[in-house]
Amino acid sequence: MAPIVQSSQPWVEKYRPKQVKDVAHQDEVVRVLTNTLETGSCPHMLFYGPPGTGKTTTALAIAHQLFGPELYKSRVLELNASDDRGINVVRTKIKDFAAVAVSTNQRKSGYPCPPYKIIVLDEADSMTEDAQNALRRTMETHSKVTRFFFICNYISRIIEPLASRCAKFRFKPLSEEIMSSRILYICREEGLNLDSEALSTLSSISQGDLRRAITYLQSAARLFGSSISSKDLISVSGVIPTEVVQAFLATCKSGNFDSANKEVNDFIAEGYPVSQFLTQLFEAIVEADDISDEQKARISKKLGEADKCLVDGADEYLQLLDVASNTIRACCNMPEGFSFDG
Amino acid sequence: MLWVDKYRPKTLDQITVHEDVAQNLKKLVTEQDCPHLLFYGPPGAGKKTLIMALLRQMFGNSAEKVKVENRTWKVDAGSRSIDIELTTLASANHIEMSPSDAGFQDRYVVQEIIKEMAKNRPIDTKGKKGFKVLLLNEVDKLSREAQHSLRRTMEKYSAYCRLILCCNSSSRVIEAIRSRCLNVRINAPNEEQIVRALDFISKKEDLQLPSGFAARIAEKSNRNLRRAILSLETCRVQQYPFSSKQTIPPMDWEEYISEIASDIMKEQSPKRLFQVRGKLYELLINCIPPEIILKRLLYELLKKLDAELKLEVCHWAAYYEHRMRLGQKAIFHLEAFVAKFMSVYKAFLIATFG
Repeated sequence: MAPIVQSSQPWVEKYRPKQVKDVAHQDEVVRVLTNTLETGSCPHMLFYGPPGTGKTTTALAIAHQLFGPELYKSRVLELNASDDRGINVVRTKIKDFAAVAVSTNQRKSGYPCPPYKIIVLDEADSMTEDAQNALRRTMETHSKVTRFFFICNYISRIIEPLASRCAKFRFKPLSEEIMSSRILYICREEGLNLDSEALSTLSSISQGDLRRAITYLQSAARLFGSSISSKDLISVSGVIPTEVVQAFLATCKSGNFDSANKEVNDFIAEGYPVSQFLTQLFEAIVEADDISDEQKARISKKLGEADKCLVDGADEYLQLLDVASNTIRACCNMPEGFSFDG
Repeated sequence: MLWVDKYRPKTLDQITVHEDVAQNLKKLVTEQDCPHLLFYGPPGAGKKTLIMALLRQMFGNSAEKVKVENRTWKVDAGSRSIDIELTTLASANHIEMSPSDAGFQDRYVVQEIIKEMAKNRPIDTKGKKGFKVLLLNEVDKLSREAQHSLRRTMEKYSAYCRLILCCNSSSRVIEAIRSRCLNVRINAPNEEQIVRALDFISKKEDLQLPSGFAARIAEKSNRNLRRAILSLETCRVQQYPFSSKQTIPPMDWEEYISEIASDIMKEQSPKRLFQVRGKLYELLINCIPPEIILKRLLYELLKKLDAELKLEVCHWAAYYEHRMRLGQKAIFHLEAFVAKFMSVYKAFLIATFG
């Protein structure tokens, strides 16, 4: 591949920790893996947790540290959701790779090089159940020469037999301090100017997802130059300004359908993403003081339904209007069932 | 040439409605550091105009010499090979296509074309290896699989080609893609901006635009600039010089739907339902998308209803539109909505008037 110009490389890649000990905030995993580095013994692993907490980074870092650049290609197989991972691939590619024996004494250039290979299955929760089932036996028969690293967001989508064969590690969402210190480090390296308000905005809009925070930071830096304000960050992140959400809520509370309809129309014309809006509306409603618990429950129920419909591809305008009408009904304490639904 | 095309801004500097966005884009291009871009916003807001101006800024005039090509891809999908036909619009430096036209096979098209583009990279004047731009329309209509396969491809080939994605709602684009792109929200121009654009055009065309007339067109256009310009041109053909009281002709399908709405309001019976079905079929045959029909019908009905009923009716509209997405035949769900409305309305009438 042609060399990539330095500037066009995403910062997420540029600042990805290269060593296990640099991975922030995940102490348990780091402790176990440093132990692995010393002794060379390693179980099958299952990393799970929300996006942007360092799962892939950790897996790649340990693989690199174990084998070094020379052996990496022959010892590590990386597969993620964009590669075809149907049952055929499990039966052929993974099995073939897993079955190959490796020589034991290849201790070269200071890397531990333990006598096994590593297969990293990124985004394993998007594998079909059949494909996962096909892996079960493969994992056991070749356990002498192969270790599996599964990486996923939702552990519930990994079938139980696979999960029970692995050492499980949960990756916690990053705390605000750790995120800020990492962001500030990047800002220093890139010569950016970030005030404390922008910093706190950044950590709140990225919700513990470091990758997202860095991506926003880079987009903002590209668009607005080296000094970034919190407004710039909000505009690149696609987060909806709080005023808009509050105005919508206030209109719904007033109980006037026509003005709510107009609000919805304007909202769609502004081009804001509705799914994002539902998340923010939910937060606003949970925090609101002048809505009773029962009303909150009713509105939240509707928000859930609307979100599902949006995922199914339903029309944004109609769904938002439905949410608005339901919020009005809840706020005005109208009965839950429809009065004319014959 | 339609005025819409004639007065489309050609360069980023000429753009008036989203000036700040245009200036930011210009900065991106001049720094030679262009990330993948995702434009989203309602129709008629100026997404395409901005993109074309951006391409021109990147590649100069050559971006405008496009040729239309109807291409066939042979794709090897497991046991058999499939042929996929798709129309592309290509210049030396960019390719534009709507992969969602390929239906559920869109995944292959996306992968194949990006790989192909990566193979023959253009070389720019300084002998450096340049990049191509792949412009994908309607990414929100792309299937989930296609979007997932796009995410890795985007990273792998980022040195060879830049993607510009364009869609109406970013809710339907998966998070993984959104987070890999620079997201640009294009809001619809407000009425004031539309009036200014109409004024500008009429000055260029040497027309006398009575005050208030442009404002009325803008109001009717529903913040859609393209529609506003089209209706200005229609009015010009219809009657010139303009009088300030001149009616702005509504779209004929809109009139038709408003007819349906009053039909429904007048009588609620199986017989009327049957008549409405015929009219709905008529609209569908004329290629009006079903969700637009439903939305317009709701709009017309809401104008005539009591506040109490409005809340109920818009719930059912959302409900049936969702079912329409999941289902196969739009007509069933449109008709179900009409029938539901009739039953609700009838119950309301009986409760109110006995």
